[in-house]
Amino acid sequence: MHNTTYHKASSAAEAAALLSGADDGVLLAGGQTLIPTMKQRLAAPSDLVDISGIGEMKGICVDGSTVTIGAMTTHAEVAASPELRAVCPSLADLAGHIGDPAVRHKGTLGGSVANNDPAADYPAAMMALNATIKTDKREVPADDFFQGMFTTALDEGEMIVSVTFEAPSKGAYAKFPNPASRYAMCGVYVAQGASGVRVAVTGAGEDGVFRSSDMEAALASDFSAGALDGVSVSADGMLSDIHGDAAYRANLVKVMAKRAVAAAG
Amino acid sequence: MTTVSMTVNGKVVAAVVEDRTLLVDYIREHLRLTGTHVGCDTSQCGACVVHVDGKAVKSCTMLAAQADGAKVTTIEGVANGELHPMQKAFNDNHGLQCGFCTPGMIMSGIDMVNRYKAEGKTLDEAAIRAELEGNICRCTGYHNIVKSISQAAGEM
Amino acid sequence: MSEGIGAAVKRKEDKRFTTGAGRYTDDIRLENQAYAAFVRSPHAHAKVTGIDKSAAEAKDGVLAVLDGKQLTGDGIGNIICGWAITSKDGSPMNMGAWSALATDTVRYVGDAVVAVVAETAAQAREAAEAVVVDYEELPVAAHIEAAVADGAPQIHDNAPGNVIYDWEIGELDTTDTAIAGAAHVTEMDITNNRLSPNAMEPRAAITKYDAAEDHYTLYTTSQNPHVARLVLSAFYAVAPEHKLRVIAPDVGGGFGSKIYIYPEEIVCLWAAMKTKRSIKWTADRTEAFLTDAHGRDHVTTAKMGFDASGNIVGFKVSTKANFGAYMSLFSSAVPTYLYATLLSGTYNIPNIYCEVLAVYTNTVPVDAYRGAGRPEASYLVERMMETAAREMGKDPAELRRQNFIKEFPHQTPVIMNYDSGDFEGNLNQAMEAADWSGFEARKAESAARGKLRGIGMSCYIEACGIAPSAAVGSLGAGVGLWESAEVRVNPVGTIEILTGSHSHGQGHETTFAQVVADRFGVPLDSVQIVHGDTDKVQFGMGTYGSRSGPVGMSAIVKALDKVEAKVKKIGAHLLEEPEENIVIEEGTVKATGTNKALGWHEIGLAAYTAHNLPPDMEPGLKEGAFYDPLNFTFPMGCFICEVEVDPDTGKTEILKFVASDDFGVIINPMIVEGQVHGGIAQGVGQALLEEVVYDESGQQLSASYMDYTMPRADDVPSYDVLHHNTKCTTNPLGIKGCGEAGAIGSPPAVINAITNAIGNNDLSMPATPSKVWAALAASKIAAE
Repeated sequence: MHNTTYHKASSAAEAAALLSGADDGVLLAGGQTLIPTMKQRLAAPSDLVDISGIGEMKGICVDGSTVTIGAMTTHAEVAASPELRAVCPSLADLAGHIGDPAVRHKGTLGGSVANNDPAADYPAAMMALNATIKTDKREVPADDFFQGMFTTALDEGEMIVSVTFEAPSKGAYAKFPNPASRYAMCGVYVAQGASGVRVAVTGAGEDGVFRSSDMEAALASDFSAGALDGVSVSADGMLSDIHGDAAYRANLVKVMAKRAVAAAG
Repeated sequence: MTTVSMTVNGKVVAAVVEDRTLLVDYIREHLRLTGTHVGCDTSQCGACVVHVDGKAVKSCTMLAAQADGAKVTTIEGVANGELHPMQKAFNDNHGLQCGFCTPGMIMSGIDMVNRYKAEGKTLDEAAIRAELEGNICRCTGYHNIVKSISQAAGEM
Repeated sequence: MSEGIGAAVKRKEDKRFTTGAGRYTDDIRLENQAYAAFVRSPHAHAKVTGIDKSAAEAKDGVLAVLDGKQLTGDGIGNIICGWAITSKDGSPMNMGAWSALATDTVRYVGDAVVAVVAETAAQAREAAEAVVVDYEELPVAAHIEAAVADGAPQIHDNAPGNVIYDWEIGELDTTDTAIAGAAHVTEMDITNNRLSPNAMEPRAAITKYDAAEDHYTLYTTSQNPHVARLVLSAFYAVAPEHKLRVIAPDVGGGFGSKIYIYPEEIVCLWAAMKTKRSIKWTADRTEAFLTDAHGRDHVTTAKMGFDASGNIVGFKVSTKANFGAYMSLFSSAVPTYLYATLLSGTYNIPNIYCEVLAVYTNTVPVDAYRGAGRPEASYLVERMMETAAREMGKDPAELRRQNFIKEFPHQTPVIMNYDSGDFEGNLNQAMEAADWSGFEARKAESAARGKLRGIGMSCYIEACGIAPSAAVGSLGAGVGLWESAEVRVNPVGTIEILTGSHSHGQGHETTFAQVVADRFGVPLDSVQIVHGDTDKVQFGMGTYGSRSGPVGMSAIVKALDKVEAKVKKIGAHLLEEPEENIVIEEGTVKATGTNKALGWHEIGLAAYTAHNLPPDMEPGLKEGAFYDPLNFTFPMGCFICEVEVDPDTGKTEILKFVASDDFGVIINPMIVEGQVHGGIAQGVGQALLEEVVYDESGQQLSASYMDYTMPRADDVPSYDVLHHNTKCTTNPLGIKGCGEAGAIGSPPAVINAITNAIGNNDLSMPATPSKVWAALAASKIAAE
């Protein structure tokens, strides 16, 4: 790892100030992606601003069906929250299957959403739940936030504070993990709620998380796994690597979508 | 450079380290507690698992600076006069061969039993196997590791 | 006797490992220790046209920046392969030069070019990044087919067409004739996938040079420290043997990968002398993928002929073996004497012919990995048998049963002489435990849930305890394959066993002690096993090829025989009874028919005080032995695997795995079963998960756990491990060895189960979900 300067921020405002004062600073949330990347010498930030301890960016608040989760809430906390599980068990389940237990103790929702790894789970949830990403500067709908592999609407120095969404009446996430990394080789989050049916796919697309309008249309009229039988998923634009080619991933998209719908009930 | 101070295995320790110092390097190279191991570069093998404030974490994926003020437990701090039930269970069930992954397995094992007990859930074989996703062993084929954790879960 | 042979004694070594007190190489820190980092080639094949070290030398903390010209200039020799193989035409194998630091050409990604020594590990790494190496890229052959193609890039000048050797065994004419006359011929193209051993402890070395004594010390992650010292002295000229101490402390798994002498150990020893500093190098996992010797990587075409009643009449095999860029220490023996000699499997096969083309590629060197040649043989034989049964419409178990060797000793057409076994006994035991007859009902139950259930078996045999030395010498081995032991009975009666075997997970500190406890009836705690240090232990050959049981423990038994003889003499003298009446029981030396007895400690004390010994007897109680085996040993068994395939995703779940092994006499069943568990997991890994993948340019696409699929706890089942043992007739304890059997027997059982489930025999390892899904789609198309 290249050398760096570590700062611990106690508020979002302090973090923003520290970041703007740094040459080439980055935010350190749970560090479960950033630190391995720095160890591999693929990232060499001059400064790390640790925001994981900022109280105002942590916690889960459920108000009726409105859910707000602080960006620094860990995957373990999301998975274990009885309040969240009561209204949106599918998101708690998703969080309980990110990485492994030790990773879930450190990794955060905000870190995952901001990184937008094409094989990460949370981006699919945010899209399917039609979440609003709240930053220290503005609010961005998930559809606009994720802009392709490792790319988001976040500006330089902008930081996610929380995410908010309306709990769906039905929802489920089905993941087929990459056999080696255990990241999603294909993960499909299906949600039916106030904003209709939304189907978001992670892990499979060349350009990161995406919504499947064909599947959403099919499910809008008939929310059942069988409704997807007639939907064909093209291999165009699907990732191809040593673990599976584009045709295989296209197959997984449909299979996982059907399983998610079946699980959503 | 940064000053870090933490409680490791019940002892308050402090040092001035480079900011980039990983927690595992602080533990191994500064404190010379070499039971915590490094087996990969990508946060997957789990040989480096320690407890920070009571939770299992990968000490290779955390800076020492992030653990400033924390309470850290390593494999060396688990036994309390006699072997911890998890340590004993690994011996009873032949849950280790070369021993390299063992400290991480034991630390993850203790963590999973604690969590399942706190949540009132049953730690059955399938759950143990799922919980071990972040710990790789090349020797045992996991069979006896699962048995070891299962035994300790009944004794802890 | 609760602690002796056959007792499931808990391991003595566990306390240090479970409390964090293990002492692995990287845990050691010497005085005045500096750190090494290596500059490695990013290209699979290139000329080194220039090295600019100036920026690196100017970095903070840098002590030395060393290159291959300096290394060879100081007389450090090339890395060698220690087993000479002769081609069909009588020509010797073509061993290309391998310098520990490349001088003019790099031949694989990861080939070491420059070593940097600095005060800290971080400084060494940073300085290594500042070394500028100019490369002129050359065409690359990253796979076997590319290496043997017309116009392939030439990897070593002395190996035309990249051929190392073109070797054969068996009778070509009779085999061809037998197959030509066969009623049925099964033909298959079989690939054995390339694997990375992945011991969890990465390789490491610490070197020390004592200028006043001109003496070197090497702490290293080795399975065989004496062999390391011998090779470092005799071939690499790092230091003469008496000026080099090699210590292999606790070693975190080996699986073959820590047999070999690698460039890093050579360079760190040499650099310690040049810098007058102790030097530590520890690989990270990426370096392990890029430099640890890989395993397997065969492509084979085979034909097996059967007569009208299903008896095998001939087996003809043509294999191409990938050796990587250089010949590693035992590489040449793996696809020859450890592979082709096992092609008879557990069957009566009157005619066998095998030819092996060994080729260089621009990849990491390939050498023995758990099983080494024998997994490749058993995979080939057992897939052929299964496929033949399906093609002929025969029950796969019955076809095997019909062809089993039933009388021993049995001479195969390919060197091996099997001494013992009851192949049907293992088959019956495994089939019963697997509820083979209930399979159809279970398959129907799976089908009702939309899943495809399959069952497959494998009746493996392997050879371990490689032996005898004169025989392997005649086949080209550069070393003898005996083992040594020394038994020291201390004046207080406690016992130290110095063994040339090395434990890196096998539990020798417990099992070896059990053999002693069994013999003399002394407490297990009074026996200490000493190994892994050339200054403490007499020359020994180390641990690989499942040899510590059949060879290592046999050496201990021979030394114990000598101790026993002397103890009896002393006992007879002190008790004033005839020697033939003296017995040793429960730690007591007794005269039968009397109540006269001496405690074990009294014998020890008498031997060392030497006040009252028989006339002409030397004082002391210490005996050594070298044991040279009479024959290989032949562990064998039957494995049955039952799987369920999800047709939507192609994912395979192993529902049941039964192993019935014949290991001869078992010292500690708990430890033996643990060896089988681990072996099966590695075999399941090969069958379902693991593969080193290179692209056409020679870049390794699977060089981390992000892409190389290590078996995890939820990838594998619990295993039913059973034994149906027949005693080995050629060593004193009757042991056959158990370390590799699981990895040897399991891959074909898994693949036979999957191909049974999906109805398509055309499936290669690893049977990843995407591959199984595609095979399933292909079999559906074929059916339509």
